[in-house]
Amino acid sequence: MIVAELKPLDQITALLNGYRSILLAGCGECVTVCSAGGEKEVQSLAAALRLWYRHRGVAARVHTVVIQRQCEPEFLAEADPLVAKADCVLSLGCGVGVQFLAERHPQIPVFPALDTKFAGGTVEPGWWGERCGLCGDCILHLTGGICPIIRCSKSLLNGPCGGSQGGRCEVNEEIECAWQLIYDRLKGQGRLEELEAILPPKDWSRARDGGPRRVIREDLRP
Amino acid sequence: MKAGTRLERLLKAGHFVVTAEIGPPKGASGQEIVNHARLMKGYVDAANLTDNQTAIVRLCSMAAALHVLRAGVEPVMQITCRDRNRIALQSDVLGAASLGIRNILCLTGDHQSFGNHPTSRNVFDLDSIQLLAGLRSMRDERRFMCGEEMRHPPSIFLGAAANPFGDPLEFRLVRLAKKVAAGADFIQTQAIFDLERFRRWMSMVRDAGLHERVYILAGIVPPKSPGALRYMREVPGMSVPEDLIERMRKVPRGRRAEEGVRIAVELIQQLREVEGVRGVHIMAIMWEEVVPEIVSRAGLYPRPQVPEEEPPA
Repeated sequence: MIVAELKPLDQITALLNGYRSILLAGCGECVTVCSAGGEKEVQSLAAALRLWYRHRGVAARVHTVVIQRQCEPEFLAEADPLVAKADCVLSLGCGVGVQFLAERHPQIPVFPALDTKFAGGTVEPGWWGERCGLCGDCILHLTGGICPIIRCSKSLLNGPCGGSQGGRCEVNEEIECAWQLIYDRLKGQGRLEELEAILPPKDWSRARDGGPRRVIREDLRP
Repeated sequence: MKAGTRLERLLKAGHFVVTAEIGPPKGASGQEIVNHARLMKGYVDAANLTDNQTAIVRLCSMAAALHVLRAGVEPVMQITCRDRNRIALQSDVLGAASLGIRNILCLTGDHQSFGNHPTSRNVFDLDSIQLLAGLRSMRDERRFMCGEEMRHPPSIFLGAAANPFGDPLEFRLVRLAKKVAAGADFIQTQAIFDLERFRRWMSMVRDAGLHERVYILAGIVPPKSPGALRYMREVPGMSVPEDLIERMRKVPRGRRAEEGVRIAVELIQQLREVEGVRGVHIMAIMWEEVVPEIVSRAGLYPRPQVPEEEPPA
């Protein structure tokens, strides 16, 4: 899923300066799962904003909606009447949701309430970890199902670097050394000799270095 | 002969070589580099110019190498993958070779979070192994990394780093073998304080026959104080035995630098006895002026001379 985090309240209120009818738009997908922009978070941010306005004696209306999937136009349609009544939209979707909403309503400012962090998953309750670098050329079959592109701080394909110690990354004790993990995983599978091969330079043109990407499936096109 | 640099000729002739590090300054004056090079001239076979080490912005290693070369000392230019993609890496090496800077040490590079621009972006388009392989193909196959041919390939002697103290220990050897397979002609190790662990690593290196395929230079850092040793012990991938810290701590404050030189000299003498160690690389950063004394006291002065050889056409 795409993992995101709510921006600090003061950053959000700074965005809303001058607007008096605000629509908070949550999303029912990834950001609901990672507790950043679902129904619960939308309601609690709305309550915080109403209080913030009241304290300042500002008459402002804060409306809420949770769109099932902000990254799909057909779901966005449900919110059209509410968006039409607002003078700005604060999206609690990921960066994709913000942009799809903004594309649908080019006349209305759509602001992000979240910082979109990474493609990852739930490690433990309340703990999400990054797992995929979205490089467009998956190599997980070569690295024991552990992605060095995103989990090694230096994206080394022939790691580990000299800074790996005790299974930890030199950048930060909190970070596991991806190459230690890869080593351990392949050792456990009796596949260590695979690590003797030199992985060649990566074709980054398939990642975002090649420019913004798109996927076209002719069989699904209208 | 791969490139016929002085460093390569000495190693090939079987001499125990001495290189030393010169850290470029955080400013636009090359004077300090020139002073250090003049100081080391005759005491080292080559001087090694770091490339924005610990991710702190400094005068670039190519310009620093040129200062050293002009001062009459052969340079080893460090180049890291942190700040350059494969276009810039190849271009810089071509430029360096055109200036006569022909020993190139290929490094991955310290992460930028350690330096003075932690908000910067890193590159890491290649890792050090891929860089070695790419530069070797430029030299030997006369081809850029993309496969395209070139008219004037760089005549370069390729180095890489190895850390005998990093984890996972068993895999360190595989990684060294990968560097050799990718094209490393010489290796500089991480600073050695833990001789026991280093000897163990070297015996693994010999068992794998790697000491016959690559010249290994042992890293030496003369410690200035017990605090410096303690600091280095905390650096990921470094091993500093407690008794060495204790030894330094017992020395009165005013005589610790002298003790540091003594430790460095002893380390060199012991490392010289380890089969497969072909030289030392002295890293006395911010203390470059001590290098001649260490070299002399280790019995490595004067440096041998070897006849010039034309680089391959």
